[in-house]
Amino acid sequence: MAIQLDIKLKKHNKVYWEGENVSGVLAILSPTDFKHDGIALLLDGTVNLQLSAKNVGIFEAFYNSVKPIHLVTSSIDLAVPGRIPAGATDIPFEFPLKPRSGRSLYETYHGVFVSVQYHVKAELKRSFLNKDLSKSQEFIVEYKAGLPGLITAKPEPVNFKISPESLQNIKDKAKVPRFLVTGHLDSATCCLTKPLTGELVIERCEVAIKSVELQLVRVETCGCAEGYARDATEVQNIQIGEGNVACGLSIPIHMVFPRLFTCPTLITNNFKVEFEVNIVIVFQDNHLVTENFPIRLTRF
Amino acid sequence: MPATTTPRTSCEWISRTRDRLQENVKKQLPSEEILDHPLKPLVVTMSETRIVKLRTVGGSTTSSTRSSTPTPTQSSLAYSMDPLGALEGSDPLSQLANQQKMDPLSAMAAESWVEPVEGKRGKENVTASAGMDDGFQESWASRKAGILCKFTTSEKLSIVTSFLSGGEKVVVKAQSSVVDKVRTRLEQLDDFEEGSVRQMLDLSQQEYMGRIEQLNSELVQAWHQDQRVKALKIAIQCSKLLVDTSVIQFYPSKFVLISDILDIFGKLVYERLRTKSDYCAPGSKVPTPLPENFTPDMVPESAKETCRNWFYKIASIRELVPRLYVEMAILKSYSFLTSGEFSQGLLRLTRMIRGIGDPLVAVYARCYLCRVGLSINSSDRVYLRENFYDFLSIYNQLFSPSVRMDLTFQKVDLSTYLTLYTPALDYILQSVAHDATEKTLADILDRCKQKCNSALLFNTIMAAFKPAYIAARATQFVELLTSCDEEGFPKYLLFRTLGLCLTLADPPTEYCLQILNDVWKIVSKLTDPAQYICCAEVWVQYVAKHLSTREVNTFLGDIIKHMSVGRAYESHYSSLQTVMERVLSHANDFETLLTMDKFLPMLDIFQKESVKVDVCKSIMSHYTKHYQYQTTNDPVITNALMFICRVMHDSVNALTVEDEKRQIGNLICNFVKRVDFGRDFEQQLSFYVEARASFTNLDVIHAQLVQSVNRLAVDTRCIVKGHHTRKTASFVHACAAYCYITIPSISSVLMKLELYLLSGQVALLNQCLGQADACLKAALSLIADVPKIIEIDGKQKSSEPYIVSYICNFLSTLLIVPDSPEQGVLYLTRGLLNVIQNYSWDPQSAGRATVYLYVLDMLSTAAQESYPYHIDMVDSNDVLYGSDPKFIAELNRMCSVVVEEILSHLQYLGKNELFSKQSSLALDLLIRIATKADLSKPDLATLALNLWNLSQKHGCLDVKLAVRTTEYLKKKFSGCNQEYYAEFISRLKIKSQVK
Repeated sequence: MAIQLDIKLKKHNKVYWEGENVSGVLAILSPTDFKHDGIALLLDGTVNLQLSAKNVGIFEAFYNSVKPIHLVTSSIDLAVPGRIPAGATDIPFEFPLKPRSGRSLYETYHGVFVSVQYHVKAELKRSFLNKDLSKSQEFIVEYKAGLPGLITAKPEPVNFKISPESLQNIKDKAKVPRFLVTGHLDSATCCLTKPLTGELVIERCEVAIKSVELQLVRVETCGCAEGYARDATEVQNIQIGEGNVACGLSIPIHMVFPRLFTCPTLITNNFKVEFEVNIVIVFQDNHLVTENFPIRLTRF
Repeated sequence: MPATTTPRTSCEWISRTRDRLQENVKKQLPSEEILDHPLKPLVVTMSETRIVKLRTVGGSTTSSTRSSTPTPTQSSLAYSMDPLGALEGSDPLSQLANQQKMDPLSAMAAESWVEPVEGKRGKENVTASAGMDDGFQESWASRKAGILCKFTTSEKLSIVTSFLSGGEKVVVKAQSSVVDKVRTRLEQLDDFEEGSVRQMLDLSQQEYMGRIEQLNSELVQAWHQDQRVKALKIAIQCSKLLVDTSVIQFYPSKFVLISDILDIFGKLVYERLRTKSDYCAPGSKVPTPLPENFTPDMVPESAKETCRNWFYKIASIRELVPRLYVEMAILKSYSFLTSGEFSQGLLRLTRMIRGIGDPLVAVYARCYLCRVGLSINSSDRVYLRENFYDFLSIYNQLFSPSVRMDLTFQKVDLSTYLTLYTPALDYILQSVAHDATEKTLADILDRCKQKCNSALLFNTIMAAFKPAYIAARATQFVELLTSCDEEGFPKYLLFRTLGLCLTLADPPTEYCLQILNDVWKIVSKLTDPAQYICCAEVWVQYVAKHLSTREVNTFLGDIIKHMSVGRAYESHYSSLQTVMERVLSHANDFETLLTMDKFLPMLDIFQKESVKVDVCKSIMSHYTKHYQYQTTNDPVITNALMFICRVMHDSVNALTVEDEKRQIGNLICNFVKRVDFGRDFEQQLSFYVEARASFTNLDVIHAQLVQSVNRLAVDTRCIVKGHHTRKTASFVHACAAYCYITIPSISSVLMKLELYLLSGQVALLNQCLGQADACLKAALSLIADVPKIIEIDGKQKSSEPYIVSYICNFLSTLLIVPDSPEQGVLYLTRGLLNVIQNYSWDPQSAGRATVYLYVLDMLSTAAQESYPYHIDMVDSNDVLYGSDPKFIAELNRMCSVVVEEILSHLQYLGKNELFSKQSSLALDLLIRIATKADLSKPDLATLALNLWNLSQKHGCLDVKLAVRTTEYLKKKFSGCNQEYYAEFISRLKIKSQVK
């Protein structure tokens, strides 16, 4: 059995705020005692940007905005070179979570072209005959309540009415079946921890409906004013109506925002993370109608 | 020396005359008068205000309580008539069996789905104490079986899943509604993993259920192997199957199967979270698992996090139906996060179900939601009603063109389709209606009235609400139902449900008849006999319960009319049987029932022998139950019952099982006992003659008839007080003759023996000497036929003890039988001796010798001047011969022969070294000789002494017994001062046991 390294954070949900102490233990489990050349611990937070395939090349030529942005880095030496006894050894540690000067902490976000991640990394150095051991543990950063400049969600209902007349980019209007869908979203500014809610009524529809869906879309922008790459991708697709939904009955719009894959809407100089919701109505013949709603996500 | 000690094998017997009176006085034991029968059970009866502690019967248990004076209103009355009958009725086993009959669960399970109302009554008894939630949970469990039985299919089914092997691989394209930009969306739990999907087509229902079961075990297995995501995926895939409504008639069963899996999944999640969350009770450091009734703040953060993860995972399930079902399945786990948010959650889910377009899928999802909601024990019940109202608002969808198209495609008619809704809808509405007030009913009824095609709704309402509410509005309902459109929910089911309600609760009395008339106007128009009988089966109870016999009669007539068309009854025997059963159980006057002119024609409708016999049996058992102590002499009733009994009797053949025979026999016997023409004995006898002619196959009935006739003869004698007139004499002769010729048709030898003896005794009692002789002679000739082994209570036993006791009884009778002038002295006794002589006794046993000892007793008594007992008006041998010396000599000669026989048996025992038997037999004989023979004769005295010695010879005689025997004899002889007694006693020496 080899030596095992594990980083155990004190908080079960691994959620930390700026200014908090990230504390935990480095757990070493070894069958025999062994020598090491020191144990180092590194706290690291970065924004990784990536250009989608279709944009690579154009931008790379004159922009260098795709290199990672470090939000926080700090390191400590957990142990000076010496011996670790056989069995389990727990070495406690504690980092203050403070951004680098000139930077601020963003919330953890796992996206396609933009992602914000925070890690605690442990490295156990050994003599050159043995490989160094390392272990990385992600933790989650969230905004703390009452942070200046934070936008809080408030109810600002968005009413909508979808009908053939409201549709854009159709070639032959005559082919479109007659239908009317009305409804509202309870707010366009949504708190991440609360579900997206609203109501939708199929007032009338000429053809049978196959499905009514709610699509959550992320819009990630890399670059700045001079030139940027903007990509919209789907986060999740939630069905709210299955089959031929009864007309005149209000169907609840309800979607829980997934953790990690969503974050408060984020707009910085180099990149943007924004979200949109699509209401998709699929007809029996697989034609579909989509209505797009940009939404702003907030932590509180 | 053997030569001197072994007694001679012959001797001259001289009987001694005794002073009978004196002996009898000595024999009498102190006696005491008692008031109660010792076998009567100790009943605690509450008399109005007091319970008096009394000395109990026989003083056996002094602590039990009985009421002091049994008054006719008390429950003990029923017993007091027949002390032995007391044992029935209070038999704890049968009481238990009765209770089991009441068990609401098994009763409900047995019921088919269309009869929920009947079950409800039993259920309410239980839930009254157990609370509503348990009741409904239980009721669901019993409903499941009903659903699985009712909704079946022969169509082929298919499953799409990635967790079963076999089947063909298919490529399932994830339904993507948006132009695929980059496949970067969240890894979706409900997407099939590529390449793993297998589709199984053409499964029969049985195979399908097998597969589902397989998925179930797969889920549990995955869970226990810590593959929780896999378990979740299985749960999702299962609930996905519920979207599919192809083979629609199987859908309710599919729902039951899959909701079971989901229940298991929900329970696994809940239990895991509960056991995972160790909880430190305030003040203690030792973590313990959460108590059953925990609150969210007791749950540790880690468990909450796990729980939250579950809900986040489920919230991201793409498809609506699986997402709803899985969330409902683990809804209970919300209690780890928050308390008291169930009602919100339940309402949210209620609304979300609106998104399900197919009304059938939606209604079952609602049913599941209500079920889960009730099991969570939230006090809030708003969502239940919301669910029903939501269903109402989409009710029109059931009749929408798209549904109809689907139905024509699947070749299912609308009424079948609508019945698919009943299980779910009934469950939802019953949970709404439980404990609901009448106002709720009125509200819901108003809402339903506004819908068209509302038959399905009315049916559900009637099934769900308290029958009392429905009954109070019976006329209104009849109107509603009558005006329902023909299309849609089958009408006969509606009326059937209404009938069920009205049998449980009484409608206003003044409308009873009108309701029936209105309903029957429609029901009698039903042309399908299956539908017709379905209603009639229920309504017959209503008629029997609320209306008079006249209406019952008309009703039966209508049933006969409908069911006779094209021999429709052939396929509906069980329903018709129920009809009969219900008529019977509600008939409070059996006589008018039997006199109805449609009752026997109704019986004729059962043309299948076995069914008919069953019906007859139930009629007879109802009859005996209702008329336990009543008798009848009405010719119409007697004839009707006679007819019914004959049907039962004629069904008995060589193949009939013993138990069946016994049952039928008992029923017919009961009938025979009930018929009583009072003082008209002639007619009574002619009834018995008729009965004998009708029931020729069953021993018990013959035995009963013989008993009854004997009783008749004895009754006759009682009335004339022994002085028969010419007429009564010839009547009792007829009775005796009846018995004499009936007994031979019985096949059981033992029964015949008993009856011959009894009949002989009765004949003797009635001074029919010839008949008595004949009976006794017949009995004698039968003794040889008694089998060696007889069965008593299912055990094989030797018949010897029985024979011995029978012969004793016989001997006692023989004593008083006067000799026939045509035959020799003691003709019958000689016959008996011959029988004993020739009977093949087991040489090892004491049977023969014992019998001989008793014969000695009898013969010595016969030698007395006057016999200890007599029959009035019958002169026994003591009077006939007046102790004629010739007669006495004859008796002595017979005794000598008997003694010889005993002595030779003693010798036989000695030869075979059965010394203890020999010793006791010798002692027995000694006592007989000492007490009954004339000891003044030296021969007899010597013989007695020899026997005394023989009994002690091998040291087998207990010394104490020897001492007591001599003391007994001393006491016995003390009265008479003959010196030979003293001498005899002095010669009885007790050998000290030297060995």
